[in-house]
Amino acid sequence: MTGRDLLLAAPEITLVVVGFLVILLDLAVRRKGWLVGLSVIGVAVAAVFSGLLLAPENQGTAFAGSLVVDNFAVAFKFLFLGIALLLLLASVDYVARFGAHQGEYYALILFSTASMMLMASTRELIAIYIALETTGICLYVLVAMLRDARSSEAALKYLVLGAISSAVLLYGLAMMYGLSGRTDLAAIAQVLSRATMLAEPALLVGLVFVIAGLGFKLATVPFQMWVPDVYEGAATPVTAYLSVASKAAGFALLLRLFYEAFASSSADWAGLFVVISLASMTLGNVVAIVQTNIKRMLAYSSIAQAGYLAVGLASVNELGPSGVVFFLVSYALTNLAAFIAIIAITNRVGSDEINAFAGMGRRAPLLAAVLAFAMLSLTGVPPTGGFIAKIFIFRAGIDAGLLWLVVAAVINSVISAYYYLRVVKVMYLREAEGTDPVPASPALRLALLAAGLGTLYLGVLPEAVRGAAQAAARSLFG
Amino acid sequence: MLSLIVFLPLAGAVAILLLLSRREQVRGAAALFTFISFVLSLVLFFQFDRAAAGVQFSERVTWIPGIAAQYYLGVDGLNLPMVILTTLLGFLAVLISWHIELRPKEYFFWLLVLETGVLGVFTSLDLLLFFLFWEVELVPMYLLISTWGSPPPVGRREYSAMKFVIYTILGSAFMLVGILALYFSAGTFDMMALQKVDLARPMLPAAAIFLLLLVAFAIKLPVFPLHTWLPDAHTDAPTAVSVMLAGVLLKMGGYAIIRICVGIFPEVAAQFGGFFVTLAVVNVIYGALVTLAQRDLKRLIAYSSVSHMGFVLLGIGALTPVALTGASLQMFSHGIITALLFMIAGLVYDKCHTRQLNALGGLAQRTPVLAVTMTAAGLAALGLPGMSGFAAELMVFLGTYPAWGAGTAIAAFGIVLGAGYILWTVERALFGPLRPELSHVQDADAVERIPLFALVAVILVVGVFPSVLTDVILPAVAVVLG
Repeated sequence: MTGRDLLLAAPEITLVVVGFLVILLDLAVRRKGWLVGLSVIGVAVAAVFSGLLLAPENQGTAFAGSLVVDNFAVAFKFLFLGIALLLLLASVDYVARFGAHQGEYYALILFSTASMMLMASTRELIAIYIALETTGICLYVLVAMLRDARSSEAALKYLVLGAISSAVLLYGLAMMYGLSGRTDLAAIAQVLSRATMLAEPALLVGLVFVIAGLGFKLATVPFQMWVPDVYEGAATPVTAYLSVASKAAGFALLLRLFYEAFASSSADWAGLFVVISLASMTLGNVVAIVQTNIKRMLAYSSIAQAGYLAVGLASVNELGPSGVVFFLVSYALTNLAAFIAIIAITNRVGSDEINAFAGMGRRAPLLAAVLAFAMLSLTGVPPTGGFIAKIFIFRAGIDAGLLWLVVAAVINSVISAYYYLRVVKVMYLREAEGTDPVPASPALRLALLAAGLGTLYLGVLPEAVRGAAQAAARSLFG
Repeated sequence: MLSLIVFLPLAGAVAILLLLSRREQVRGAAALFTFISFVLSLVLFFQFDRAAAGVQFSERVTWIPGIAAQYYLGVDGLNLPMVILTTLLGFLAVLISWHIELRPKEYFFWLLVLETGVLGVFTSLDLLLFFLFWEVELVPMYLLISTWGSPPPVGRREYSAMKFVIYTILGSAFMLVGILALYFSAGTFDMMALQKVDLARPMLPAAAIFLLLLVAFAIKLPVFPLHTWLPDAHTDAPTAVSVMLAGVLLKMGGYAIIRICVGIFPEVAAQFGGFFVTLAVVNVIYGALVTLAQRDLKRLIAYSSVSHMGFVLLGIGALTPVALTGASLQMFSHGIITALLFMIAGLVYDKCHTRQLNALGGLAQRTPVLAVTMTAAGLAALGLPGMSGFAAELMVFLGTYPAWGAGTAIAAFGIVLGAGYILWTVERALFGPLRPELSHVQDADAVERIPLFALVAVILVVGVFPSVLTDVILPAVAVVLG
């Protein structure tokens, strides 16, 4: 382990160290505000280190090839750190419900952020699995954090299904190892370039198992059964975290695996993603229409959005991965904006039902406006980031010859307009039940505005982020 | 200058949102910003060089270099009348909403955002920017109709607003696929470049892209049978919103068909000429027949819009310079006339508290100003010579008759039907014995008279001197066709 190894792993190391410090500090202090402050500082320091890693001389491999730092990895580091920061600020109002376990909550967020960053920064099968499992364990505990009947059931469901899909994934990765005799993705790619599906059935089985194992993380059909229950049962900040971060990590991992290791057999697996995309979009959008609980509605919306993202996966050209990265950034900002507003509102009204949002347009104008804007972004209406993200993904799809899939995605966007607009309708056209305002701490408002303005920025001036996404995608092919 | 005209209403909206709160301040600010925008557009109109054929006052900045999207605004003879129409009606819509009671701040905010969206659609010469502005008008329309529209039992505002949104988004979905297919075939979003480029290897057959784009515009125009959103949305919207909807939003459809469908795919448009003419005739006759059956004043005007927009489609189907110029002139003229009709309907409802024609009668005795303007508007709507409707419809018929004689003849019969429903409506509402319930009705006050007289003046000016507009439109039409 050299100094250079430590430098390249500095962001993750920082987060883990700060996570432990938070747990220790929790024992010492009574005012829990210190914990948030320390966590935010930790995220900021990690961000500084990630910034250092942008320089080409600070990129490369470390720890004997287990850790790789390239533009793709750094882009996702920034994404996860941004998500963590917004989430930490937004949880301030909610953490009182975790009772004595606030320190653990912050620490788990930091640990899972670190392991997600690792998921995007590795080209080695064992490291992939370790990162995946670490993230999973942190998330299982986070889901159970509220310790009531619903959360416990959700966490158990998540744990069991997560464990099964990890096992399936491991089996698939073992097949890849068996075929190639090596565990790093570059070497696997070399071996597989000489193999075909027909000659090596094990390759087909391995690919299917990998997709099945990862499909769980992505919340795509047919591996989506856990999503509504877990999203509904977990604490709302945790739901927000699950919906954006774990999905982004899953997609990052998938992009790495499929574009670096399995690139040669793309003709075979692209079709699988087309089917997954179509099924996820349709099921997610159609079932979301009948939901009355806002967290369940957003869970099904999450499945549908994973379907749109899968269009980018199925487009095997340069536009596909860069479209996916941009969409993930835009989706993270949009969904966080929505959930942050929901955290504040549901805290006040004590209910997750959509009808409880009645009249929020007057009671909580800022929260309602940002939530409405986020709903528009999820639908794909200009001038939001969601619209531009869909344009990029559809462009990738059309360029790859998937015109019918893009048409299906466009029609699905129309269907989704109904249930996204319903939230706007309830907030602005129904009379409120009380007239007292909805309290929201300055930290939450800051996070809310940051996420909302970020979504607007991506909708009006997307070029900077689009360029960054393209640079990230290029390092997948290089 | 163009960006200023387009974004001034939005600036006004933001100012209203952040700074002002009282109704007097809000409506004054809204009137100020829209008036300045209107004056600037008039300056543009007088500085426009009628001899030059291309795009003028263009503003062009790279927006997303990665996909060759530009921020490209420009006016030529085709969209300049539409810009004037929008800024004029935007200002007059603010005036007609002068006495609004419910939540004026949000109301004027959304009204001004809507105006920016429509101005952006008309001036945008980059397809992606065009699509963005097209979508911008969705949310303001939804909120304006569902919050300030006719509540049950008078109307079904939430249903109409949702219907409008779903129809529009569905059309936009098809438009987006068409735009993307066009982008991939030609490599650019630039509308003016696309008119000249030769689509050698389109990724979809040109006819398919044409139809995809056409669906969205046909929903907006509206073309039978995609028109069913219109009566509900027009009837249940508040007066100013109906004015904007019928006066300006419908024209987005007609303008887009001419600029995009005909401009980029002239050969396909020629093949579809008969299809357009047939649908146009159905619009005119079916629309007029349904109008005859209406008993609600606002719904009657809404259906008459369907009928009059049929003339626009008729001119587009013929694809001759005279016919297309007539279609453009009809868009402007119908915008003014129908705006006036909706304003009058709104005033009648405000004062008489009913829109049912069998509950009205003898208004001419109580409200002479309203009665005179309503009669003038009615005569303009039925195409009386000397008013703008006649000039426009005459040009459409003259341009269409050579190629489509039968269709033109049948459509001309729609004028007779129009005379029928207009004169009957005017008679029912204004003449005859004054109903006792209406004996205390007030006439239009000073602020309300401004828009009424202004619009009547415009109708007369364009009716007697149509060359004011046709001189501007004709060169641009020649570019689109040739």
